[in-house]
Amino acid sequence: MNTILIKGAAILGGGPADILMKDGVIAEIGDLAGAAATLTVDAAGLIALPGLVDLHTHLREPGREDAETVETGTQAAARGGYTAVHAMANTSPVADTAGVVEQVWRLGQEHGHCDVQPVGAVTSGLEGRQLAELGAMADSAARVRVFSDDGKCVSDAVLMRRALEYVKAFDGVVAQHAQEPRLTEGAQLNEGEVSGRLGLSGWPAVAEEAIIARDCLLAAHVGSRLHVCHVSTSGSVEIIRWAKSKGWDVTAEVTPHHLLLTDSRAESSPVGPYNPIYKVNPPLRTEEDVRALREALADGTIDCVATDHAPHPVEDKETEWSVAAMGMIGLETALSVVQEAMVETGLLDWAGVADRMSARPARIGRLAGHGHPIEVGAPANITLYDPSPRALVDPSAMASRSRNTPYEGMTLPGRVVATFLRGRPTVLEGKLV
Amino acid sequence: MRHLISAGELSRDDALVILDTAEELARVSDRSIKKLPTLRGRTVVNLFYEDSTRTRISFEAAAKRLSADVINFSAKGSSVSKGESLKDTALTLEAMGADAVVIRHGASGAPHRLATWVHGSVVNAGDGTHEHPTQALLDAYSMRRRLGRLEGLKVAVVGDVLHSRVARSNVLLLHTLGAEVTLVAPPTLLPVSVETWPCQVSYDLDAVLPKSDVVMMLRVQLERMNASYFPSAREYSRRYGLDRDRFARLHDEAIVMHPGPMNRGMEISAEVADSPRSTIVEQVGNGVTVRMAVLYLLLGGSEPAIGGTA
Repeated sequence: MNTILIKGAAILGGGPADILMKDGVIAEIGDLAGAAATLTVDAAGLIALPGLVDLHTHLREPGREDAETVETGTQAAARGGYTAVHAMANTSPVADTAGVVEQVWRLGQEHGHCDVQPVGAVTSGLEGRQLAELGAMADSAARVRVFSDDGKCVSDAVLMRRALEYVKAFDGVVAQHAQEPRLTEGAQLNEGEVSGRLGLSGWPAVAEEAIIARDCLLAAHVGSRLHVCHVSTSGSVEIIRWAKSKGWDVTAEVTPHHLLLTDSRAESSPVGPYNPIYKVNPPLRTEEDVRALREALADGTIDCVATDHAPHPVEDKETEWSVAAMGMIGLETALSVVQEAMVETGLLDWAGVADRMSARPARIGRLAGHGHPIEVGAPANITLYDPSPRALVDPSAMASRSRNTPYEGMTLPGRVVATFLRGRPTVLEGKLV
Repeated sequence: MRHLISAGELSRDDALVILDTAEELARVSDRSIKKLPTLRGRTVVNLFYEDSTRTRISFEAAAKRLSADVINFSAKGSSVSKGESLKDTALTLEAMGADAVVIRHGASGAPHRLATWVHGSVVNAGDGTHEHPTQALLDAYSMRRRLGRLEGLKVAVVGDVLHSRVARSNVLLLHTLGAEVTLVAPPTLLPVSVETWPCQVSYDLDAVLPKSDVVMMLRVQLERMNASYFPSAREYSRRYGLDRDRFARLHDEAIVMHPGPMNRGMEISAEVADSPRSTIVEQVGNGVTVRMAVLYLLLGGSEPAIGGTA
C-alpha cells in the first residue's frame, strides 16, 4: 500500500494542513498527526497547488531527439511542477495520424514523469491544405481533444471553419496559432521601435490580431469552441475580451515569457544584442502588451498560462538572429515567472495561479484526471512549491535536453520542491524521483 | 574603442577624432608614395558574405596603405557555402590571428554576434538592413570637406529608408554631430516607428529640397517594386527621383550625395550624378581615407598615424 503524508502544507497559500494520499487519490485533509504513511513529506512553508497542466509543450519526439525527447521533456515538466502536458503536433513525422499520437502517448506512459496528452495536427503534414484524420486521432488510445497546427497558422478561412465544425462531433477544440502568413513573411521581431532601430523585419501585432478576430467570428458562426495559443498583444486581448462578452466559446493562453520579457531584450540584455535566445514565435512585444496580458490573465480574459516550451539545440541558437530557430524552453521556470509577474505584483493569489495553471487548462484540454481542487477524493496530483528563495537561473541545472532559456542571467523567485502524479512522487527535494 | 559596429555607439568626440584623423591621413594620399608603416605586422580580415566589391576594395586599400596584412575571405567559394556557421568561421579567423575582422553580412546584427566570438576588433562593413557606420563616417567627412561644417547642416536622406543601413547610420551619426536630418520617402519605405528617430520625416521631396544643404539619394532596389512598396519604377522616379528640375530647386551651395551603386534614371538622373555639385566620386576616395582612420584608431594604439612626418 502506497500512502504519502504531506505535513503542514499551505493549500493554495492558506493555513497549514496535512494531506494524506492513498492509492492515487487524496484520502484525508486536516490535522493528521497520527496518520500512518510509507513516506512523510515535511511541507512547512510550502504551498500546495494542484498538479500543473500545460496546454502547449513541444517534446520534439519523434524527429528531433537531439533537442528533446518525451523522457527529458516530461522530466523537465515534473521539475516544473507539471503533472500533465499537451505535446504539440509539429514533430517529424507530424502527429497527424492515430499511429503517431498513440506512439507519443505511450512514450509518456512508459516514462511516467507526467501524463502526456498528444495534440493532433489540424491539417495533414501541417500543410494547411486538407484536414488530417481528426476523428481517428480522437478515437485512438491517445483520445485527442486538442487539435493544432501550432508553428503554422491555419490561415485558410474555409479550412479553419471546417475544422472548427468537425471537431464538435467529439468535443474537440482547435487551438490556433494566430499568424497571418503574408504579413509575417521573413518577420524577425515585433514591428515597432526596436525592430526599426535594429533593422530586423517587423512582425506586426495586426498579423496576430486579424486572425484572432476572424477565428472568433468563425467560431461564433458555427457554434464551435476556439482556443487561441500564445496571445501576445494588447489588441488580441481586446478582441478576446469582446468575443467572451458575446458569450462565445473562446479560450486563450499566454506564455510565461510574454508575461515577463519585451522586445527590448533583442537590443540590450545580459547576453548581448541580437542574441537569438530571445527569438520566439510570436515575438516578444512591448511593455504595454506585457501589462495588458498580465491584466487579462488576472481578470480571466486569458484563461491560462501555457509554456510553449520549445527546445532547440545550441547550434540552432548560436547564430545570426535571422537564421536562428524560434522558441524558448519554459517548463522548469514557468511557475517562478508567474510568481514574479503575477503574484509578486498582486495580480493573482495562489488560488488564482492554481486556476490558471491547472484547473482551466485541464478543462480546455478535457483532461478528466487533472485540474481538480485539492480535496478528498480528487486524484492526488499535487505540486509543493517554496515561494521564498530567489536564485539565479542556471541553464546547466535543467532537466530539459536543451538550454535555450531566456532567463539565463536573471534571478527568479521560487522553487518546486515536490510533484506527485496520482499519489506517486515524480520530484522530491527538487530532484527527479 | 574596440569595435566599430554602430554609428550610434560613437560619441561626438569619438566621431570627430575619426574625421580629424582622416584629414591628417588624407595628406598622405597626396604623396607619390601612399604607404605608411603604421599597421605593419597586423592582420586585417575582410569577411564578406555579400558581394560588395567597392566596400571590400575600399577596406583593402585602407589596410594596405597602413601596411597591414590583408586576408580576403569571401563567402563564395569558401566553407561558408558548405554550411559553416558564423561562429566556426569566427573561431577559425581567431586561430589565424586576425587583429581586426571587417564584416559585411546580409543578417542584421551579425557583427554583434561575431564580436562575442573573437578577441580582435570587429568593423561593421554593412549588416543587413541595420547599419553601415563607415559609410556614414565617410559621408560626414565628405560633407565637412565640401561645406566646411556639420553643425546645423540640413541633410535630406531620400529613398528606401526602411531597408537602408546607410540611412540608419547616417541619422545616428549626423545627429550626434549636430546636423539636422530629414528622411524623405514614400510611407511604405519608412519604418513604422520612424517618428522616434532623432530626425524629421517627410513624404514630399519638393518641399524639403529648397531648405537642404545636402541631398543624399539612396539606392532603390528594383525588387521592392515587386513587393508593392511602390507601384512602378517610373512612379517612384517621378515622385522621389532627383532629376534636373528638382536639382534646380536646391540652393547654390547645396551638394548631392549617393553611397553607390547608383540606378541612373531611377533615383538620380545622369545629369545630376555627373554635376560638379555631386560628391559621388569623391565619396569613394574619402571612403579609403576614413577607413584608414578607423583601422588606425582601432589597431594602431598610441603610435602617431603618420610617424614623425606629420
